[in-house]
Amino acid sequence: MTTVSQAATDPHSWLRGQSRWSYFEIAFWVIALLPFYFFPTYLTLASQIAITALFAISVDLVLGYAGIITLGHAMFFGLGAYAAGLITKAGWGEPLTGLVFAGAFAALIGFLTSFIIVRVRHLALIMITLGLGFLTLELANAMSWLTGGADGLRGVDVWPIFGWFEFDLWGYTAYSYSLIVLFLGVVAARRIVHSAFGLSLRGVRENLTRMPAIGSPYRFHLQKIYTISAALAGVAGALLTQTTETVSLETLSFQRSADIVVMLILGGTGRLYGGIIGAIIFMVARDQLSGMNPQYWYFWIGLLLMAVILVMPNGILGGLSRLAGRRS
Amino acid sequence: MPGEDIVLRTEALQKSFGSLEVARSVSIELPRGARHALIGPNGAGKTTLINLITGQIRPDSGKIFLEGRDVTQMDVAGRVRHGVTRTFQINELFPNLTPLEAVTLAVCEREDLAGQFWRPLTAQKAAIDEAFDILTQLQLADVATRPTRTLSYGQKRLMEIALALATRPKVLLLDEPAAGVPKDESAMLFSVIAALPADMSVLFIEHDMSLVFKFSSQIVVLVGGGVLLQAEPDVVRRDPRVREVYLGQAGYV
Ligand SMILES: Nc1ncnc2c1ncn2[C@@H]1O[C@H](COP(=O)(O)OP(=O)(O)OP(=O)(O)O)[C@@H](O)[C@H]1O
Ligand SMILES: [Mg+2]
Repeated sequence: MTTVSQAATDPHSWLRGQSRWSYFEIAFWVIALLPFYFFPTYLTLASQIAITALFAISVDLVLGYAGIITLGHAMFFGLGAYAAGLITKAGWGEPLTGLVFAGAFAALIGFLTSFIIVRVRHLALIMITLGLGFLTLELANAMSWLTGGADGLRGVDVWPIFGWFEFDLWGYTAYSYSLIVLFLGVVAARRIVHSAFGLSLRGVRENLTRMPAIGSPYRFHLQKIYTISAALAGVAGALLTQTTETVSLETLSFQRSADIVVMLILGGTGRLYGGIIGAIIFMVARDQLSGMNPQYWYFWIGLLLMAVILVMPNGILGGLSRLAGRRS
Repeated sequence: MPGEDIVLRTEALQKSFGSLEVARSVSIELPRGARHALIGPNGAGKTTLINLITGQIRPDSGKIFLEGRDVTQMDVAGRVRHGVTRTFQINELFPNLTPLEAVTLAVCEREDLAGQFWRPLTAQKAAIDEAFDILTQLQLADVATRPTRTLSYGQKRLMEIALALATRPKVLLLDEPAAGVPKDESAMLFSVIAALPADMSVLFIEHDMSLVFKFSSQIVVLVGGGVLLQAEPDVVRRDPRVREVYLGQAGYV
């Protein structure tokens, strides 16, 4: 009746197959190098896309894997951005330690807020994440002596990477740097989602009632991933600071929190690369459309979002993997 | 029987939803290795009793003891870790995980491996082997790598049991394990239950009296939230009150 395939009889090799690097992934990273040769005038944009993609991955870890719906994740992005800016103003401009510092700071705030996050669900959860986002934004606005308020943080001075690679006007260094950090972020995120811990997150997303019934201390799991995600978002924010040498309140804005969720859903949640694909489409579209009619470009984003979701409810990658599955 | 090894004991459990009393001073005992059935008409409070024992809901008063230890204040996960596990009357599975992943997850949670985020899942070899053994035992090995949502209904009911077994329970509470399963398949389900380790204490809810009489050594009859009778199958079969409130009306036996 049922055909028993080789994979079905050996659980170990089936599980190994689930976490193996796919051709799609390898191709993606090769393509990510193309801008250096084919679009050298777009390296600054490419760098911003890589940074946004890293941010999207941090949101995917909580939203796509653990099912924590957040509309306030820009708070960690912005906190990382400010932390990275302020440490240079304190006289330490070394970028790599700056990233670590920003990530650690965002992680600390993520850990503290996670105690509230794991206590609420559904609409209340969205409201709490929104509220925390607003709170952080207004706090940064009010503390203008530290953050520069609405004028933004000026005088950010980042030293060359390894004391050698200066951040150039063309964005060669910026894109190389952002792309490498994005790659490391993906490697780390992959490792997490393909661990026993990653499996437990999917368990939480799939059925919260069942988790305690198999003895899971799932709230600890959620706090842990929220903290990790905050760290990753903070690193993304720090990258933006270091590659642009400014920080504005916009890094903490609701718009940024909402945009990142749009990108993630566009690309497909719960698959890491969905956020990256979403970031590429969204940012390239913004770059092209806002050149044509700056006021109305969200009209096109709205149209794109609706078209994609109506045809592919699980986002672009979800739709593609379904197509691929049907063919084989 | 004096000196009998009682694993689970409830003491005068009381619970009301508003004015509806769903547990009236329920005191039951489950010895080690028991195969007890819990029967009663719809709405008698059977599922509620399981919810009380496992901690999904808290009693208004009364106590629950596991191996002599008061666990009334413990949360659901804590009780599972101490050996009280249940299955659900209505499936509570992980639709997009494969049975292999789901049962491996349950094993990892039991062994406190599920917090490890840096070690690949594939390195948890013992947990994976154990999960696959459980699935094999429940005849789910063939479908171990398909998403749970694509399984047949009977296989999903078996998954309920597989997830529970992965916690290595001392007390297993099965809430209508064969609910909605065709008759020929439900016999198979109960043969799985009959083959559970002899030292595991099992309490199962079941409406099919032929299965109840075949697989239970004791029967607890629950009516209107209260225990009407707890006795051997033969005694229950002959009891006029049971015939009246339960067996007779539904035309069983
Ligand atoms: N959370 C709740 N709030 C209010 N009433 C409830 C709740 N849970 C159960 N009840 C009610 O308590 C009574 C007992 O329900 P329970 O599910 O325990 O019955 P049962 O014996 O398992 O029935 P069945 O054989 O149909 O599964 C029912 O009348 C039900 O409607
Ligand atoms: Mg019930």
